[in-house]
Amino acid sequence: MRMSGIRVLDAFAQAYVFVFRGSPLLVQIFLIYYGLGQFRPTLQEWGLWGFFREPYWCAVLALTLNTAAYASEIIRGGLQAVPHQQVEAARACGMSGFLLFRRIVFPIAVRQALPAYGSELILMVKATSLASIITMMEVTGIAAKLISQTFRAVEVFVVAGVIYLILNFTITRIIMAIEWWLSPHLRHPPAVKPALDAVHV
Amino acid sequence: MSSGVKSVSSETNPAVSIRELRKSFGSLEVLKGVSLDAKEGDVISILGASGSGKSTMLRCINMLEVPDSGDIRIGGETIKLKKGRRGAEPADQGQVDRIRSRVAMVFQSFNLWSHMTILENVIEAPVHVQKRPKAECIAEAEALLAKVGIADKRNQYPSHLSGGQQQRAAIARALAMRPNVMLFDEPTSALDPELVGEVLRVMRSLAEEGRTMLVVTHEMGFARDVSNRVVFLHKGVVEEEGPPAEVFGAPKSERFKQFISSHR
Amino acid sequence: MQQLSYFELVGFGPNGWGLALLTATGMTLAVALCGFLMGSVVGTFVAWAKLSRSLTARSIADGYTTILRGIPDLLVIYLFYFGGSAALGAIGSLFGAEGFIGVPAFLTGALAIGIVSGAYQAEVFRGAYQVVSRGEIEAARSVGMHRWLMFRRVIAPQVLRFAIPGLGNTWQLVLKESALISVTGLVELLRQSHIAAGSTRRPFDFYLTAAVLYLLITWVSTYLFQRAETHSMRGIRRAS
Repeated sequence: MRMSGIRVLDAFAQAYVFVFRGSPLLVQIFLIYYGLGQFRPTLQEWGLWGFFREPYWCAVLALTLNTAAYASEIIRGGLQAVPHQQVEAARACGMSGFLLFRRIVFPIAVRQALPAYGSELILMVKATSLASIITMMEVTGIAAKLISQTFRAVEVFVVAGVIYLILNFTITRIIMAIEWWLSPHLRHPPAVKPALDAVHV
Repeated sequence: MSSGVKSVSSETNPAVSIRELRKSFGSLEVLKGVSLDAKEGDVISILGASGSGKSTMLRCINMLEVPDSGDIRIGGETIKLKKGRRGAEPADQGQVDRIRSRVAMVFQSFNLWSHMTILENVIEAPVHVQKRPKAECIAEAEALLAKVGIADKRNQYPSHLSGGQQQRAAIARALAMRPNVMLFDEPTSALDPELVGEVLRVMRSLAEEGRTMLVVTHEMGFARDVSNRVVFLHKGVVEEEGPPAEVFGAPKSERFKQFISSHR
Repeated sequence: MQQLSYFELVGFGPNGWGLALLTATGMTLAVALCGFLMGSVVGTFVAWAKLSRSLTARSIADGYTTILRGIPDLLVIYLFYFGGSAALGAIGSLFGAEGFIGVPAFLTGALAIGIVSGAYQAEVFRGAYQVVSRGEIEAARSVGMHRWLMFRRVIAPQVLRFAIPGLGNTWQLVLKESALISVTGLVELLRQSHIAAGSTRRPFDFYLTAAVLYLLITWVSTYLFQRAETHSMRGIRRAS
C-alpha cells in the first residue's frame, strides 16, 4: 500500500506501521487480550468472544499484526532496492505488469529483503515469550513458573536460553541456505573479512 | 654495519639517515636494504614504479610501518626497535610519538579529519600533541592557511573543499607542527590534472624556503626542477641516485631510462 | 457506579488517573534512559573487545552478543529478578535473615536493559568504527598522537557520529523493552495502566492511553535523533 501511490492507502499503511512499530508489543497484547474485554457484550453478540477469550489467539493476533508492520517495511525496502535499470531493461524486452513483477522485480526484492526478514523471524521467536505474561505456558512461561517454584533461576534460565538459541540458530541456518539457493550469481564470493588488524584503538 | 653509519653521519648531521632498511609483508620482501641520507634543506624526489617500495620507505621513516631491520636516524636520534611477538616493534612509543611530531607527513588521500573544520585540523596536533598555547596556534594556523592560499576556507569542513584545496590544507596541517622534515607520499596522485598545479606551487615555495623534504612522486617536472637530488627505487633497492641534472641527463641504469621515457 | 467519560478517567480530576499515568511515564523514561546509558558503557567495551587482536576477547564478546540477541529479553529480566533475589537471599541467610528478599525493581530493570542493549550497541559501535577512514587514523598516528589522545580526538567523535542512526534504533528497542519491566512490579507506564485498568474495569481505555503515550515518546525521540543526525553530519554533506 505504501508503494501504491494512492494517498489514502499510503496514509493508512503509514499509520499502521507507525502504531505497531512505535509501541511495545506487550501493550498491544494487553490491549487485545484485556482491553477488548471491555467490549465483552458486543463481542459476545458478534460471536467473536470465543476467539478473544483465549490467550493463545490473542497472542497470535497481536504477533501477526506486529510482525506484519515490520515485514511490510522490509518488503518495501526490498522493492525499493531493485535497481531501476533492471526494471527498464525488462520493459525494453516488452515485459510489463504482472510478468515484470513475477520474473524480475519479485526475485530481486526477495533476495534483498531476506537477511532483514531473517532477523525479523528471530525477533518474532523472542517475542513469543511475551505470551507467558497473559498466562500462556510456553517456554518462558514455564521457565518463570519453575524459577518461582524452585528459586533456581540460573539453571532454568540456561535451559530456557538454550532452547531459544537452538530455535534461532536453526532459523538463521535455514535463511542462510535459502539465501545461498537464491543467489547463484554470488556463489564463491571473495571472503570479505572486516579489516580487524588494520589499526587498533 | 653500524660502524659504517658513524663515519657517514660524522661529516654533517643529516636530517634523516636510513641504513640498510628491510621490510617484508608476509613472504614479499618490499625493501631489500635501502640506505638514504638527507641533509638539512635537501629536497629529495623518490621515484619508482608502483611496488618498488618507495611509499613503504617513506612510511617507515614515520614509523607508520615498522621496518624488520635497519637503522632510522632523525636529527641524530636513532629510533629504537625491539623484537616483539609479531616481529619488530618500536621499543619506546614515547620516542616514536616525539619523533613523529617533528616529521610531518602529507598523504596521497589528504586524510584530513572529516569531523573538524580546516582550522581545527591545522591546530589539532600543535595544541593536543605539542601542547602549545591555543591562541598562538590559531594565529600561526591562519598565517599558514593564507600561505597555502585557503585562508577563506578555515571554517569549512574538508568535504566542502576541492581535492587541491584539501591537499593544501593537509600541507598547512603538516607545517603547523613546525617539522624538521616533511614527507610527501604521492601528494598529487589523487588529484584531477587541473588541480595538480596549485599543490605543486605550494611545494615549490616550501622547497625555496629551504625545508627538508622527501617526496615520493610521479611528477617528473617537480623531480627535475625543484629537487636537488633524485632517488630511483626498483624492487626494493636504490637503482639510481644523484642530482637531477646528472641522473636525467645521463642515466646509468637501463631501467631508469625506461622509467623516464614512460613518464614523459 | 456512574460511568466516567474517557477524559474524566485519564484526566487530572478527582477521579482521574492522569497524574499517576504521567508519573509512570516518567518512570518508564527513567528506567529506559538508565538502561540505555549502561548499555552504552557495556557496548563500548564489548565493541572494543570485538575489534581487539586477542582471540579470547573476541570470542567472549561474540558469544555475549550472539546469546543476548538470541534469547528473549523477558528471560533476561526474569534472570535478574529471580536470580538476583536468590543471590541476595543466599547472602541474607548467611547473616541470619530468612525468606525472600526482593531486588529493587528499578535496579533489575535498568541492569537487564543495560545488558541486553549493550549487545545491540556493541554491534552499532563496531560498525561505526569500521566506517571511520583508515587514512584519518593514520594521519593521527603520523602527527604523534598516542592511543588515548587519538581515541578521544579522532576516533570517538567520528564513531559517535556514524553511530547515531543505530543508537536511535536501539533507543526505540530499549523504550519498548522497558514495558517488560512491568513484570517485576516496577510501576512504570504499562504497570500503572494495568493497575488502573484493574481498579476501574476500563482496560481498553487505559491500554490505549498507554499505547498513545508510548507512541508520543517514540515520535519525539525519532525527531530528536534526526536533529542530532543532521547536526553531526554537517561536515559530511556537501554544502550547496
